[in-house]
Amino acid sequence: MHRVEPSAPLLDVAALRTEFPILHRTVHGGKPLVYLDNAATTQKPNVVIDTIADFYRNHNANAHRAGHVLGSEVTTMFESARRRVAESIGASAEEIVFTRGTTESLNLLAATMSGRFERGHRRNIVISEMEHHANIVPWQMVRDRTGAEIRVIPVDDHGLLDMQVAEQIIDDSTAIVSIVHVSNTLGTANDVHRLSAMAHGVGAEFIVDAAQSISGMNIDVNEIGCDALVFSAHKVYGPMGIGVAFIRGRLMESLPPYQGGGSMITSVTFDKTTYAEGPLRFEAGTPNIEGAIGLAAALSWRDSLDMSSVIAHKHALTLSLTSGLASREGIRLHGTHQGHSGIVSFSVDGVHSQDLGLMLDAHGVAVRTGHHCTMPLTARFSTSGSVRVSAAVYTSTDEVDFFFSALDRALTVLR
Amino acid sequence: MQSTKTISELTDEIGAMLEALPDWEERFGAIMAMGKELAPYPEEFRREDFIVKGCQSQVWLYPQLADGRIHFSADSDALIVKGLVALVVRIMQDRTPQEILAAPKDIAERLGLVQHLSQNRSSGLASMLKQIRLYAVAFSMRTSS
Repeated sequence: MHRVEPSAPLLDVAALRTEFPILHRTVHGGKPLVYLDNAATTQKPNVVIDTIADFYRNHNANAHRAGHVLGSEVTTMFESARRRVAESIGASAEEIVFTRGTTESLNLLAATMSGRFERGHRRNIVISEMEHHANIVPWQMVRDRTGAEIRVIPVDDHGLLDMQVAEQIIDDSTAIVSIVHVSNTLGTANDVHRLSAMAHGVGAEFIVDAAQSISGMNIDVNEIGCDALVFSAHKVYGPMGIGVAFIRGRLMESLPPYQGGGSMITSVTFDKTTYAEGPLRFEAGTPNIEGAIGLAAALSWRDSLDMSSVIAHKHALTLSLTSGLASREGIRLHGTHQGHSGIVSFSVDGVHSQDLGLMLDAHGVAVRTGHHCTMPLTARFSTSGSVRVSAAVYTSTDEVDFFFSALDRALTVLR
Repeated sequence: MQSTKTISELTDEIGAMLEALPDWEERFGAIMAMGKELAPYPEEFRREDFIVKGCQSQVWLYPQLADGRIHFSADSDALIVKGLVALVVRIMQDRTPQEILAAPKDIAERLGLVQHLSQNRSSGLASMLKQIRLYAVAFSMRTSS
């Protein structure tokens, strides 16, 4: 977790909000929208929306194919988007594969790394109890195909990984350690530096799921020391349907292609096909070009903010949420280490999370209810799922206050 | 007990009643009140086989055929959804399988719940209506053979 700097300049949230048109709409006949489902997807600033519209208004062509002027403009835009993404996480452009999102990135890694279990002595993959289904199911598919073993680092009552167990189960027979950076359910930030050292200490490869961390902290793949890192654009103010798999050069070279098709080849005959080198080898077919340049615009927007101010603002919001919930009768927080993630999950004694979610929505407050695609984890804390409130950089303290008044009103009706 | 009104009439009547309420808090209040009037669900049928798939909360729906009409027992662990299943049961209770199969396909829309609930797959309203239709199909085959 990053340090919260008490001296960080205050974020001008009111000014930020003017950049997000959707934050000014109303719902249910005139109620202001209070959007607190940012862990599901963040809203998009004008600069991202305008970049995508400009692409279709003025540039649209296919990349890497055409010799005409639009084609070369678009190829330049697409490849400079790749450089922008690389720069944003301290990688080089040749290590950035564009995918449909975190889920596809993890599927790509699982599918192309599965050969590791067909030979050699490394027989297991280590994940954790707080993984999103996207970092569980692709590995189960590998297990079912190859007989590999999945080992799980447990979570304690505070919502922290049991690092002692991690030390024991990451061993000489481990091929891959794949762990979430910030839990989408608990808001816990895991110690990826320590996990990276553990993995590399036994010669295993280390993958980080940065879906929830990319918007709220600076990510540097060299500082973390990971071999791969994945995230989605839509959780960092960018468009949907585009994401990233950073794959370190030496790992990428060892991987077979993922899907076959156009773009990923250098030559094709009916007898033999030669595959392209580098990220293009994993990008069969026409890519999501407007998505890639929209993502680059989103990351530039993120990078224009002072990250220490973002962290201080989200830390203050997280504290208001956790302390406000803890002070109310019958409310149980799930985990105690939300940090500056903005993510807070809770359940209320005798009240179903779905009822609470619907009642909050009746007041214009958007939250997530259910199991948050982390069924094994949610089941550990509550039987009827949980309510998750998730703040973003543009969330105001007024919105948190409004959430609490809507919550109190909903609980009066439901209890 | 079966209403003297048709499925279509009852749907429109409940839809109009919900529509007349000033906001969703009131509508949810009215829906939850319907849930409270639901007859207790027989514990012996609180089984996996009678869970309606596709709802975020647990919904049980148990059909019984008597004198050519289907009588439903229903329950849910969430209050609003329990109200919704009660509402659907009130419309469909003690009808013949043929009546249910001939019912309009846009019941959710006519209840005025489209915007808020029926498109939200977590509410399970569409799944409940589909399950009732499936039971009607099964019973219609039994009554005609």
